[in-house]
Amino acid sequence: MNNLRTPSGHRVYGMGAEYPSAAALYNAAKMVRDAGFKRWDVHSPFPIHGMDEAMGLGKSWLSGWVLFGGVSGLLTAALIEFGPSSFLYPLVVHGKPTNFMTVPAFFPIMFELTVLFGAFAAFFAWQIMNGLPRWHHPLFNWERFSRATNDGFFLIIEARDPRFTELEARDLLERSGGQHITIIHED
Amino acid sequence: MDQTPTAPEIIAAEASTAVEQPLGRVPLLLNRRNFSWLTERISGVVEQPAPRWWWVTFTITAGIAAFGLFCMGYQISTGVGTWGLNHPVGWAWDITNFVFWIGIGHAGTLISAILYLLRQRWRTSINRSAEAMTLFAVMCAAIFPGIHVGRVWMAWYLAPLPNNYGIWQNFRSPLMWDVFAVSTYFTVSVLFWYTGLVPDLATLRDRARSKIKKFMFGIFALGWRGSNRNWRHYEMAYLLLAGLSTPLVLSVHSVVSFDFATSILPTWHSTIFPPYFVAGAIFGGFAMVLTLVLPARAMFKLHDIITPQHIDKMAKIILLTGSFVAYAYVMEFFISWYSGNAFERFAFWNRIFGPYWWYWWVGMLFCNCLSPQLFWFRWCRRNLYVVYFVCMCVNAGMWFERFIIIVGGLHRDFLPSAWGLFIPTWVDIWTFIGTLGIFTSLFLVFVRYLPMIAMSEVKIVVPEADAHYATAVEHHPVAPGGKERT
Repeated sequence: MNNLRTPSGHRVYGMGAEYPSAAALYNAAKMVRDAGFKRWDVHSPFPIHGMDEAMGLGKSWLSGWVLFGGVSGLLTAALIEFGPSSFLYPLVVHGKPTNFMTVPAFFPIMFELTVLFGAFAAFFAWQIMNGLPRWHHPLFNWERFSRATNDGFFLIIEARDPRFTELEARDLLERSGGQHITIIHED
Repeated sequence: MDQTPTAPEIIAAEASTAVEQPLGRVPLLLNRRNFSWLTERISGVVEQPAPRWWWVTFTITAGIAAFGLFCMGYQISTGVGTWGLNHPVGWAWDITNFVFWIGIGHAGTLISAILYLLRQRWRTSINRSAEAMTLFAVMCAAIFPGIHVGRVWMAWYLAPLPNNYGIWQNFRSPLMWDVFAVSTYFTVSVLFWYTGLVPDLATLRDRARSKIKKFMFGIFALGWRGSNRNWRHYEMAYLLLAGLSTPLVLSVHSVVSFDFATSILPTWHSTIFPPYFVAGAIFGGFAMVLTLVLPARAMFKLHDIITPQHIDKMAKIILLTGSFVAYAYVMEFFISWYSGNAFERFAFWNRIFGPYWWYWWVGMLFCNCLSPQLFWFRWCRRNLYVVYFVCMCVNAGMWFERFIIIVGGLHRDFLPSAWGLFIPTWVDIWTFIGTLGIFTSLFLVFVRYLPMIAMSEVKIVVPEADAHYATAVEHHPVAPGGKERT
């Protein structure tokens, strides 16, 4: 946590700038990345292709959770199918055996639960990994920021970044073509 | 003098334009619309007061839906005898309607998942409304197996729980597979649809004027801020949901077709059923997408977002899948003849010349096989009246197809002494019409209260969304041959 405060006594969340286009934001992101900042982010109304590399972010490993979800779905299906059908109450239908030899007839439900659990994993993982849902965020204190979901492109450097000083951040945002450079309050 | 280009330079310049021109594409959004125009126009539908036509239409469809619900209540309280089901036809309109509605849902998932994996960027204009259509169609579908069991309070037998004698379900039964397939399909479709909605709900939250709207949209937008660190996980989740939905959508109608294909009845007992049903589902579903999207496009003036190019592409998919379906019909006849089985041969003869002959001639032959062939012609794909006519034919034709498959197989099976006919009662008819009302009402509520076009996705196809967009790129809506490119 940082102890920066504005003259009026508000804690400082960070410094933000607005950019006129996706391309300008993309180039600014590369500059901020190369300047060595770690706690910063860009905000845009849609995902910008190539921005992950421009920010120096790697692949999202959300896929690991989906794999985990899918495998647990498959195992759940095997359990709820073979448990009752082979052990708890073997039901002889069409004179067919109830053992593992009849596994093809159990495939559809295994497949469905694999997909179901995988989808739930993806759904919850993207929220949890993003720290969502959350009720409020300091960025909402910045009036202009409401355009981030419309047609605005923003870059925010957080004050808790070890390299953050007001002068350096402002200088970098100005040099990268940022407009409406503002200090954003924490509360 | 220095600036006069030399001959090699002129040749090089001409060569570069000659290479570039054929690569020009018709923009997916017309009139160079920018981000804020898209936000305004799409959010405007939700933010403006409802137009009068909306109230008129909604009153009618909600009235029909209410009467449909009354019919369901009457059927549940009185018994399945209120339907025309009797020996030998024990499945008729109920299962026909179930297969019909489930099939319609498939186009939504195809657009949202398969076209996403195939990087078909034109899907962004229609995916949201098509996915909503999927959800509402699956809701209508789920009604029928629920109420046709007769004692609906016993519907919990469908869940994998032992009954009061400790007997478990038969997990090798296609009907049990169906329960899992349809419920998984609905759940995954909801998750996928809501995931796509979150950034757009954030847009509505940030635009909301009244406190209550800000609060409601705020809750459902989950605090979305469009951060790239969030987009990174979000896009991976979206990709994986698309990847999971793709085999899922192919499996759902395959499993529905197993309900028939695993039986021994002539015309049902057929290995061609899974691909045949899936193609038919996408075929019928796209017709329903166009049925809903074309009026919405006209009423909310979305012509720059849903362009003739989009309609053209959907018409081509209808032509393609309709031809798959026609091929499957032909193959069914061929196999029944080639099998040498007297019952199979009779069943298909009965399909064309039996008591339900006109269902085949009108529904399957004219509506499903012949009418989509109009889409070979560009003029027909560009004429909205022709497109709408074909879509209506396909909507009706696909219902007839399911009826022919189900009742056609049952009403004359192996023993002529057991033959009979199915006569629907008013409850049968109005329950089905009621689901049409439920479906339309839900769709009307959807276009009124949620953004019917995925704003965050459709903005990606704007040229300025490209991180490397520098100068005004020359667009070539007209190909060198003079025709508008499609």
